[in-house]
Amino acid sequence: MKLRAIIVDDEELARQILREYLDKAGEVEIVAECANGFEAVKAVGEQRPDLLFLDIQMPKLDGFEVLELIDPPVAVIFVTAYDQYALKAFDAAAVDYLLKPFSTERLGKALERARALLSDPQPRALQASDLAAAARPPGQTLERVVVKDGTKVHIIPIAKLDYVEAQDDYIALHSEKKQYLKQQTISSIEAQLDPARFARVHRSYIVNLERIARIEPYTKDSRVAVLQDGTQLAVSRSGYTRLKELLGENI
Amino acid sequence: MHPIFRNTTMLGAYLGLWTILAAAMAALIRIPADLTWSQALSVAVPLCLFYAFVCLTPWYLCRAFPLGSARVGRLLINQVGAAVLACALWIGVARLLAFATDLGPQLNPAIPQLVVLGLLLYLTSVALHYALLAVEASREAALQTRDAELRALKSQINPHFLFNCLNSISALTSTDPVRAREMCVLLSDFLRKTLGLGERESITWREELELARTYLEVEQVRFGARLQVEMRVDDACAECQVPPLVLQPLIENAIKHGIATMVDGGIVRLEGHVENGNLAVRVENSFDPEAPSPRRHGLGLRNVRSRLQTRFGDAAHLNLAAEDSRFSAEMIFPCHKINP
Repeated sequence: MKLRAIIVDDEELARQILREYLDKAGEVEIVAECANGFEAVKAVGEQRPDLLFLDIQMPKLDGFEVLELIDPPVAVIFVTAYDQYALKAFDAAAVDYLLKPFSTERLGKALERARALLSDPQPRALQASDLAAAARPPGQTLERVVVKDGTKVHIIPIAKLDYVEAQDDYIALHSEKKQYLKQQTISSIEAQLDPARFARVHRSYIVNLERIARIEPYTKDSRVAVLQDGTQLAVSRSGYTRLKELLGENI
Repeated sequence: MHPIFRNTTMLGAYLGLWTILAAAMAALIRIPADLTWSQALSVAVPLCLFYAFVCLTPWYLCRAFPLGSARVGRLLINQVGAAVLACALWIGVARLLAFATDLGPQLNPAIPQLVVLGLLLYLTSVALHYALLAVEASREAALQTRDAELRALKSQINPHFLFNCLNSISALTSTDPVRAREMCVLLSDFLRKTLGLGERESITWREELELARTYLEVEQVRFGARLQVEMRVDDACAECQVPPLVLQPLIENAIKHGIATMVDGGIVRLEGHVENGNLAVRVENSFDPEAPSPRRHGLGLRNVRSRLQTRFGDAAHLNLAAEDSRFSAEMIFPCHKINP
């Protein structure tokens, strides 16, 4: 069986050499070539490839963000020039990683691994977004959140994110009166957000501290956070303690 | 050797200071010893000039016993011991001078004053030497920092760039061997130039520009039509002396955070001209305002700023501006030329 593959790289020459090697290897059919992350997300949705060759540094969406937006199962091989985090990416989510420039032999090995993984009747349960989170450099918080809505990709800068709400297996990201659903756990996004700007105020809510207008008592031992646009979010007791630490006593 | 001997102006000033001290001392011993001005001066001036050299010796002792070392006791014993010794010499020479100038025992009533003065002068010199050593240490530290910065800047020539180039060459070898070879030559050119630059304090703007040009040519192969370069550089700038690799980070940023973030690429515009004796350089590029802000924010720019500051002080400026989808960096600093 020929593997169906997509090549994603913003440099023409980098795509060219991969194409050349794969043609020579003869066991892979290239179903699409993409020059940026948007194209990649779209092509993966349309073509449902077995295999994705993914560059990390690209315009619009980087490789990690692409990974967040595609649905498994697809075997990912990172292709990157130099990235100390590639190794981490590989451990977390990728089948393999190729460091540019690479040899045909090295590519052959990567293809073997991909085949082995794809023929495994019980593929590793991969939750792409959580894996992408794991692949990110440690100690670095998100600057923007990417969400796929059908074929459209939304990019929400962190400054415009009002609050995050847990909804079963999804999270709802609220930004500028709109709501975007994403398949990710609230704990995993909490870990990615800057703890100085966002606080988990409740089992189900993470709030942007800049949006909080005031905190009001609700019942005897619970409170609500009222946002600038009037939205009310439940605040748990531990959430309130956390807010007091972050905002000081006079909230 | 004591650093004061390396600079005749400094040595002259130092001995001048001691001559003034000699005059003051003559005034001090004249009254208890009941001497005339000329008698007092004929003892005081040679004595002080002799002592001027004795007071340079703490240089060695101060270096052997730096302040803040754990051996405070030994430091005190040595310095005080040296002070007593120096003072004994000072008195001995004073008495010799007194006999030589036929004053004989007439100087004796002034001896207590002379002892106190000798000790004070020596100990003051010790204090001044410690201050001098501290200044030298901090200057040394500043130099080392600058070296470290330059090294850091050089090592920043960044692996991403290098490996991507090699990958481009690898791709070209089968489809376009001639261009592959060109690229090898360009890349080697670039690397050779950067390797040579680090050892030099400053280079001409022409050399710096040549480096940027080579770099952009290499990147041109990688990015193809995505990268357009416009250069408008006045020939009058060519001989200005600039810190090596001062332009390079601006150009690299323009590619990395500019062109590389755009799907369809864009323009890098480089302008340079001389204005009122200043070299004004402007690098402008398109960028994607929605792209996440660069990691390790502005390390290259910070480096450029601090190096300009070290070299030119407040006469240098680095102004950054982002407008819509254009980013510009402008640096202005005095254009010094070396006359042939």
